[in-house]
Amino acid sequence: MDTTHAPDFFSDDAGSTQAISRSLWNRMLSAICIGLSLLTLVPLISIIYLLLKNGLPLLSLSVFTRLPPAAGMAGGGFGNAILGTFVMVGLGLLAAGPLGILSAIYINEYAPASRLARAVRIVAKLLTGIPSIICGVFAFAVVVSTTGAFSAYAGGMALAVLMLPTILLTSEQALMGVQSAYREASYGLGATKFQTIVRIVLPDALPAIMTGIMLAVARAAGETAPLIFTALFSQFWAKSLSEPTASLSVLIYNFSTVPFPHQIRMAWTASLVLVAFVTLANITAQLVFSKKH
Amino acid sequence: MNMTEDSAHSDPTPRPGRPDFLTVRNFDFFYGKKQALFDINMDIPERQVTAFIGPSGCGKTTLLRNFNRMNELIDGIRHEGDIRLLGQSIYDKSVEVIALRRSIGIVFQKSNPFPKSIYENIVYGLRISGQNKKSLLDEAVERSLRAAALWDEAKDRLHESALGLSGGQMQRLCIARAIANRPKVLLMDEPCSALDPIATVKVEELIHELKKEFTIVIVTHNMQQATRTSDKTAFFYLGKLIEFADTQRIFSNPGQKQTEDYITGRFG
Repeated sequence: MDTTHAPDFFSDDAGSTQAISRSLWNRMLSAICIGLSLLTLVPLISIIYLLLKNGLPLLSLSVFTRLPPAAGMAGGGFGNAILGTFVMVGLGLLAAGPLGILSAIYINEYAPASRLARAVRIVAKLLTGIPSIICGVFAFAVVVSTTGAFSAYAGGMALAVLMLPTILLTSEQALMGVQSAYREASYGLGATKFQTIVRIVLPDALPAIMTGIMLAVARAAGETAPLIFTALFSQFWAKSLSEPTASLSVLIYNFSTVPFPHQIRMAWTASLVLVAFVTLANITAQLVFSKKH
Repeated sequence: MNMTEDSAHSDPTPRPGRPDFLTVRNFDFFYGKKQALFDINMDIPERQVTAFIGPSGCGKTTLLRNFNRMNELIDGIRHEGDIRLLGQSIYDKSVEVIALRRSIGIVFQKSNPFPKSIYENIVYGLRISGQNKKSLLDEAVERSLRAAALWDEAKDRLHESALGLSGGQMQRLCIARAIANRPKVLLMDEPCSALDPIATVKVEELIHELKKEFTIVIVTHNMQQATRTSDKTAFFYLGKLIEFADTQRIFSNPGQKQTEDYITGRFG
């Protein structure tokens, strides 16, 4: 162990056991932090590696255009599942997006201290914790039981319930991030609250709101439990929104649990496609909606 | 009363200014239970610069922000008494606050241009009142930037972000933005406190020019600034108006002992 002997006026106890011990602890802690940080990368890197290794072989255009193969058969694709995921996440976003953003506008711009605002915040935070299968149960009760059919609508509703709290809370944060100086300047020039929100606050908060939406979409696209007994599954292209609809997550679930190697390989490819789409959506959102300055 | 009328600007020779352009009568102001202003009475003259001076917390900014009812953005405030513009109460039920704020513009201590282009910053006040005709907006942009002594520096970058300007330029942009609305009164809340000395000089010269067209009320911590820029000065202390007179008189021969103590620096 190299201990440089510094002149006495640099340190009272240079070269002593206490000094060596301090230095040792310092380096050890740095090493532990670096080591653990590297460790956190391991799951991520291994997932990406496994997805690419196992999913790439079967990746081809037919995956997007063909229907799932029957049990034990080869070939086919999962175009209907890709479409189904898009459609149901889209439906969910159609409901949860405006609802979440407008509610966030109310609780942050109109009546932040009101009882209603406080209630909404508490409920939203509670909702972020509910298991996703409960969203499915809710949609089952509200849509499937009443209409008597499994459908994309039901799947979309389950995903909407899943996405709503995230969208609401991140939108609220986004609005809070807008400098109050901008609002003051706007009011000082004679703007109404509505004009201030639409012309100044929302545009400034938009990047952060879109990030929140992308987070919600990424989660919803990958969820299986809410769709299992709302949209069910389908081997065919959906002809309407009120019939059972395939989705990537349910397809992966189904195909992973059958004893046919081809189906299992299909599941890997489907997983790769799912992760690729979600990553693409995130990158696009960042690029399109990032602040210009 | 038509708050958007601006006859003073279309006259070739402006008529002499009214001494009671903006008046305050028996005005008390409360933040919740705490009283911030006590029985204020003053007449602010037209097309002159009136300075509000006084130590921190004396109520000068509070009073300033009442002129365009900006304090109403805060919850729990209350007032008694009256403030009148050209004889009409600003609290009258027929008065729309947003029209009032177009008549009485404000520039804040820390400049706050929107994260938009210079052009869009200036025309914001016009767009929100429904004016979207390009020729009129273009004219307003040039007029306001010239009046704010920013035209030469800004004319080639009108559509670039306002946030790329220097601190002093941003404050002049905020002034241009406020006067684009053609207000009758321009309120300035310590407009130079965040600026360097050179930028401060530019803004003070600007104020000197602007008072030919606008009535200006400026809150300032800097007494030299008050002597340089204002015609009349009001000294506030602990929420009360202690003295209000011609600037010359206040600084050379103050009537009240408290005024004298403040301007000679015995307390700040």
